[in-house]
Amino acid sequence: MKTVFKKSVLGREGVWPEEPKSNIEDFIPAELLRESAGMPSLSELDVVRHFTKLSMKNFGVDSNFYPLGSCTMKYNPKFTEQVAALPGFARLHPAISQLKGAGRHCQGALEVIFETERLLSELCGMADFTMHPMAGAHGELTGVMIIAAYHKDKGNKKTKVICPDSAHGTNPASASIAGYEVVSVESNDGIITPEALAEVLDDEVAAVMMTCPNTLGLFEKHLPEIVKMIHEKDALLYYDGANMNAIMGKMRVGDAGFDVVHLNLHKTFATPHGGGGPGSGPVGVCEKLTPFLPVSRVKKLEDGQYYLSYDAPKSIGFVAPFYGNFGVYLKAYAYMLRLGREGLIRATENAVLGANYMRKRLEDYFEVPYNRTCMHEFVLSAVNQAKNGVRALDVAKALLDKGHHAPTIYFPLIVKECMMIEPTETESKETLDCFVDDLIEIAKLAEENPDFIKNAPVTLSVSRLDETKAARDMVITDDIN
Amino acid sequence: MPYVPHSPEDVREMLNVIGVNSVDDLFAEIPADLRPKSFDLPKGKSEMAVLQKMEKLAARNTTDLTSFLGAGFYDHFIPTAVDALVSRSEFYTAYTPYQPEASQGTLQAIFEYQTAMARLMGLDYSNASVYDGGTALYEATLMAVRKTKRRKVIVSEALNPIYREMLDSYTGNLNIELVTVPHNHGRTNIKSLTAVIDKDTAAIIVQNPNFFGSVNDFTDLFATAHEHKAVAIMSTYPVLQAVLKTPGQMGADIAVAEGQSIGQPLSFGGPYLGIMTCSKALVRQMPGRVAGRTEDGEGRTGYVLTLQAREQHIRRQKATSNICSNQALCALRTLIHLCLLGEEGLRRTALLSIERAHYAAERLTSITGVDLFTKGPFGNEFAITLPVNAFEIVDKLTERGIIPGCPLGRYYDGLENGLLISCTEKTTEEQIGIFAEILRGAI
Repeated sequence: MKTVFKKSVLGREGVWPEEPKSNIEDFIPAELLRESAGMPSLSELDVVRHFTKLSMKNFGVDSNFYPLGSCTMKYNPKFTEQVAALPGFARLHPAISQLKGAGRHCQGALEVIFETERLLSELCGMADFTMHPMAGAHGELTGVMIIAAYHKDKGNKKTKVICPDSAHGTNPASASIAGYEVVSVESNDGIITPEALAEVLDDEVAAVMMTCPNTLGLFEKHLPEIVKMIHEKDALLYYDGANMNAIMGKMRVGDAGFDVVHLNLHKTFATPHGGGGPGSGPVGVCEKLTPFLPVSRVKKLEDGQYYLSYDAPKSIGFVAPFYGNFGVYLKAYAYMLRLGREGLIRATENAVLGANYMRKRLEDYFEVPYNRTCMHEFVLSAVNQAKNGVRALDVAKALLDKGHHAPTIYFPLIVKECMMIEPTETESKETLDCFVDDLIEIAKLAEENPDFIKNAPVTLSVSRLDETKAARDMVITDDIN
Repeated sequence: MPYVPHSPEDVREMLNVIGVNSVDDLFAEIPADLRPKSFDLPKGKSEMAVLQKMEKLAARNTTDLTSFLGAGFYDHFIPTAVDALVSRSEFYTAYTPYQPEASQGTLQAIFEYQTAMARLMGLDYSNASVYDGGTALYEATLMAVRKTKRRKVIVSEALNPIYREMLDSYTGNLNIELVTVPHNHGRTNIKSLTAVIDKDTAAIIVQNPNFFGSVNDFTDLFATAHEHKAVAIMSTYPVLQAVLKTPGQMGADIAVAEGQSIGQPLSFGGPYLGIMTCSKALVRQMPGRVAGRTEDGEGRTGYVLTLQAREQHIRRQKATSNICSNQALCALRTLIHLCLLGEEGLRRTALLSIERAHYAAERLTSITGVDLFTKGPFGNEFAITLPVNAFEIVDKLTERGIIPGCPLGRYYDGLENGLLISCTEKTTEEQIGIFAEILRGAI
């Protein structure tokens, strides 16, 4: 399909504003001006049709099952979109809260922030939350910055952060960008053992970053001992909340001994991810870390009025221009109110139920490297299929032909030909069965007719795309031929 | 139970297949002493009840004031078709396009967005967006530090103070020295900036139009930076890039911007859009997602995420950045908005905003005691000085239905009487007239 630039017809009128009265040269000298900006000229219908057609080339949760492990692509209820679009929220200028009498004109918005922080604090068993971080990885960075500020304040000289070999790539990247040396700890039969941790845990360690259940879908059953070991070194324990959907109401990370946690609201709290974002990555901390949270913070006066406080001398400062992705976490707040205590617990229970059901149904057809009770996701390996030349990637593409989005592939890195499947609680048994049946059929085809699978997908607007060519030729704008 | 479809019969069948008696059995690995000490969350509510509660909260915010607040975040008109198109669930309920064949809509849109941003900034390449303008600026700074292996970063004080604060936070633990060069009555102090560039300089960071609205040409400054092999970074306002000399024409290596003003509602601070573009030489230092054009086996054009070897999911601790989620849906909004306006519409939006600001400047400075603070050419924003404290005036006028602007004293010591005033194409001459009359009465 032609790009929108190639569809441009000079002189065609879109949504033009009224005619200005003057010329730009009346205000700004010619030497400070440019010629054309190269934007396309199209009619409104041209634009509407172009983007409608583009949308039809996409899989979304509303049209396709999306069992992407560690991404928690559950159904996003529709009413939350209406909430975020309410003019009282959408039209509110953030700086209005910073004028004199701060907060007078935005009590509703401040209450949303305050209440969301309270709900998340209770959910996670943390003392406080900040809504500033604008994505999960941004939450990680904010969390590690808080950890660094804590150690600096105590006079601790610590230079390292430990990440398991199964960790999301963002964990080591965030620790590194915050100025730490990253040390890996190996998992043992899928989980971290106290013995393996002891080998790398020394006085220089500022923090250990963990995901629990981890990216293999397994609960870290040595957690109590690990927590103790880490705290004895005056290191802090960081919880990557990507897998929070597995434990709501079953474990609170604060009660379990974690000091810092980030959540991915677009995952657990059902706010759409928009093809890559925006997200929202609030960070919760235990009491001793509260002074280091980013500014500003929403506080409540005795008369029930909310205000913004900048009085935090130990704060790490501003990590976002204002209060994070307000429009995103509004949706998460509304979602939490809708589900309530029982609904959140039920979500977790059914997410875990669905994953275990699929694991059991697939165990005879694919290698299941850690075949025991999993949490909300599990990993399969296509090692058996690979003997016939059918790799995890091929299985993924064959699933696209069946109308399912593929699982996460080649991650976690410690499993060969890995496929990480996460069904989520919102998918019906019929959908799970359909996916499993299709996957079993693909496993059979991988034996009988492997070439058929290696040619997938054949039903979409394009077949297998040449990623090497994209990297080598690097055409990333429409202006280079 | 909302959004969970399983009937009791379904659950029983699933438990049978798993071979356990109850759902609780699936959580047996969580030891008793790790179970929640409390889980005191409110009971769930119906959709109607939640909507009513949220409507009430929304109504507690004031949005019917006439506002001249800008300071980097602007209330431009958003064409109706923007919402209609991004509301298509295939766009907004999709994930990061890890399976390109099933995500061609998102990927082509990103490719087109990259093209639009590169053209707007007059630079070679763009990424698929980062969180916001401040993040874009901090990531640009880290690009320069990596590229030059130097640690001194020169920052103009006329750069948006919110971004300077963010830069401070992010570089706090890193071995980077920020040198801030004071502004000169709202003008970017090009002479002083030029004077401090030396062989240890990794980057120089300026903004155009700057925080006070002043429009500049940084060509000579950037040339000096290049003589010292430093990286030239410019923060811009994308609407005015329709008419202003581009960062590329001035010789910038990296241009960043807050993209909120094209297609995003103000939404109390986010989600916004970090625009980031750079020259060819720096593309491998650029963080975040990038979509590239390629072909399938039959020679059909398609798009994939590319340059992934820089990213956290491949390079882990050696990645250029930790950014994983970007602002894809916001980038899509900006692209659609730009397409709807087209070349002429974007120019008109810029010119109308500038026209209104100049009219406002004329009306306001005709009041005795009110002076124009921003000297030289300015765009859609300018600063004035009042004979009294600006915070007090803002307070007084807000009570009368007008937010007259952003008090400069909030960010700059000694400018307690300064007020930063912004206009867009939505600002009417009538509103400006009322503002001027009320201000005249108030001082």
